Amino acid sequence: MTPERARELLATVAGVTVAATPTAPIVAQVLTEHWLDAARYVKATLGCTYFSFLTAIDWKADGLEIVVWVDNLDAKLSVQLRTRLGADQTTCASIVPVYRGANWMERECFDMFGVQFVGHPDPRRILLADDWQGHPLLKSYAVDTPHPPYR
Amino acid sequence: MPDVRAIDYAGSERLTMNMGPQHPSAHGVFRAILTLEGETVVGVDAVIGYLHRCHEKLAETLAYVQYPTIASKTDYVAAMSSELAYVMAAEQIAKVEVPKRAQYLRVLVGELQRIASHCLWLGTWCMDMGGALGGGATIFLYCIRERELVLDLFEALVGARLLYGFHQVGGVRYDLPEGWTDLCRRTIDLIDSRVDEYEHMLADNPFFDMRTKGVGVISRELAQDVGISGPLLRGSGVDFDLRRAYPYSSYEDFEFRVPVETAGDCYARYHVRMVEFRQSARIVRQVLDGLPEGPISSRPGVKSLAQVKVPKGEAYARVEGPRGEVGCYLVADGSNKPYRMKWRGASFSNLSVLPHILVGASVADVVAIMGSVDPVFGEVDR
Amino acid sequence: MEIKPPVPQVPVPIWKNFKDLQEWEEHHQSRPETGDKHSSLFEQVTEGIHNFPGGFALTTVADGFFNWARKSSVWPVSFGLACCAIEMMATFASRFDVERLGMVPWASPRHSDLMIVSGTVTIKMAPMLERIYDQMPDPKWVVSMGSCANSGGPFRHGYHVVKGVDRVVPVDVYVPGCPPPPESLLNGLLLLQDQISHFRHTGKRAAPTPKVD
Repeated sequence: MTPERARELLATVAGVTVAATPTAPIVAQVLTEHWLDAARYVKATLGCTYFSFLTAIDWKADGLEIVVWVDNLDAKLSVQLRTRLGADQTTCASIVPVYRGANWMERECFDMFGVQFVGHPDPRRILLADDWQGHPLLKSYAVDTPHPPYR
Repeated sequence: MPDVRAIDYAGSERLTMNMGPQHPSAHGVFRAILTLEGETVVGVDAVIGYLHRCHEKLAETLAYVQYPTIASKTDYVAAMSSELAYVMAAEQIAKVEVPKRAQYLRVLVGELQRIASHCLWLGTWCMDMGGALGGGATIFLYCIRERELVLDLFEALVGARLLYGFHQVGGVRYDLPEGWTDLCRRTIDLIDSRVDEYEHMLADNPFFDMRTKGVGVISRELAQDVGISGPLLRGSGVDFDLRRAYPYSSYEDFEFRVPVETAGDCYARYHVRMVEFRQSARIVRQVLDGLPEGPISSRPGVKSLAQVKVPKGEAYARVEGPRGEVGCYLVADGSNKPYRMKWRGASFSNLSVLPHILVGASVADVVAIMGSVDPVFGEVDR
Repeated sequence: MEIKPPVPQVPVPIWKNFKDLQEWEEHHQSRPETGDKHSSLFEQVTEGIHNFPGGFALTTVADGFFNWARKSSVWPVSFGLACCAIEMMATFASRFDVERLGMVPWASPRHSDLMIVSGTVTIKMAPMLERIYDQMPDPKWVVSMGSCANSGGPFRHGYHVVKGVDRVVPVDVYVPGCPPPPESLLNGLLLLQDQISHFRHTGKRAAPTPKVD
């Protein structure tokens, strides 16, 4: 499984656009409806069984984008899957059935950005207290928002 | 609902026990709500976030010259590798060349940091298993004695013992003072001999064997799926070391062995780390022998906040820290502050394997497993 | 002949963020007026002895003895939160041994005198910290170690960080540093021992002496 072969295979999947730059990693933009299928394909066919991280970026007016980085350790292949949720959209399919490591990462994404992952077995906040109001890493949340009585 | 796998004995009672954020296991603020049947754990809910210090949000408000010092506080036991991840990410986007001497110095401090971190790991792990006043403190005190020698080296180099501001975008900030290389060689030789002593102490110790062999087995498939890294991954049979697979900062110039064990239990992880001690010492000797002359940074020293501006782009820089893959995913927008910084802490992923392996273990095993996973909560909670 | 202490040449700090100061004043915890828990009968008896002509000799000697006992065996509850915990462990370990000062780090708060808050206090952790503090029996002391515990430190502006542990528990000694090296922490602990030696016979703490006018 060389990077070139992986690019070819990935480009055949429905809803996936592989970025043209030839350097590592392989960046694939995925439509949100095909998110789970793309993750399954990458694990089964491209052999990317190592889950590195899952995170989100807040592009303000353009909405949120989920980024996942997975690796094929034997072939030294890195794949980055990205999906734009669209302005004011906060739901996304959960890839916990595919990669168990996404469990805590998706919980953190929910905690920090408010993204609801459909199908997540344990959708709770992870870093902040359960009764915290607001999602801090959104650009609309100020870094020093007061929280009585401690600050 | 917490992840409870039912071992259902009709009529037996279950106890919910809280291993609270303050406990003598000395690993930091971690809360494990264990559901017990007798001494066996049947369910675990790992609650983290007691040290959430808003690193990712703060990074958006701090400039590239300000943040490396704060980055060292994520994995505070191995601050050198933490700073390196951030600085490498900024350098990758900005396409900044790092001079050879700076790269070698980065390797040098990274490996010395690995030795210091493993000393602390061994000391606290053996103390957890032995009890603070019941004999476990022996190895703890010996290991801290060695760690202090390495921290003396860092103090001579940087000025600080634990949290440094050694790295900057473009290179490093401090150069080796007079006589440092001789002191370093003597320290490394001493540490090598002392590590032999510790191995002898623990090698045929029946208590140690009973508490670590077969305990906390992580299968190869689970390891990759969850995304654990470092000695945990190599202890489960996966030959993956970022210094070998994706070499950074001139690691391809050095010869070292990457230890891999297949058992996947605490003993395997212990063995991997003990070999890493020796290999780090080997790398340090090679660096000292081959250190080139030259500038220590391709950018001038820090004078103002607006000094480092990184153009638009994204990069993910990964570093092999003592706990595993420490990564910094940086999204830059052309100003002197990042747009988004995601810190991939090794201990966050390592800790997320706990709900899968603690079920079926006894309460005493929980302590041994936590120690061999070696979490540092600055990385977990960020 | 009275020797005047030198007037410090440090300029007055400029409070850039006045709102911050108001917040600090509002939330700054002061020690409860009643002092540590003690028996009022005991207090009346010792006051009686102290006021009796010549009785002060007995109470002063007793004070001295009890304060020596208290300060020579201060047992800290091991409360390591973050990076400062590593330096605290280094202080407790081989090179900078605190056991020679009588301090045995003890896991249970019910058996300890001192809480060294080492590390950042977050909003999620603050109630746990209060609970551990409440579980400690009187007389108890708190050392705030590191800039995070003193005032929030480098993370002061974070949304989840408490700006100093003195918003949660009353503090006796502040040790600055990030992290304070073991020498600094030992200095702080010796200052604490000094404070303890001025503990008064009824269990009331001595009024703080202002150092700078």
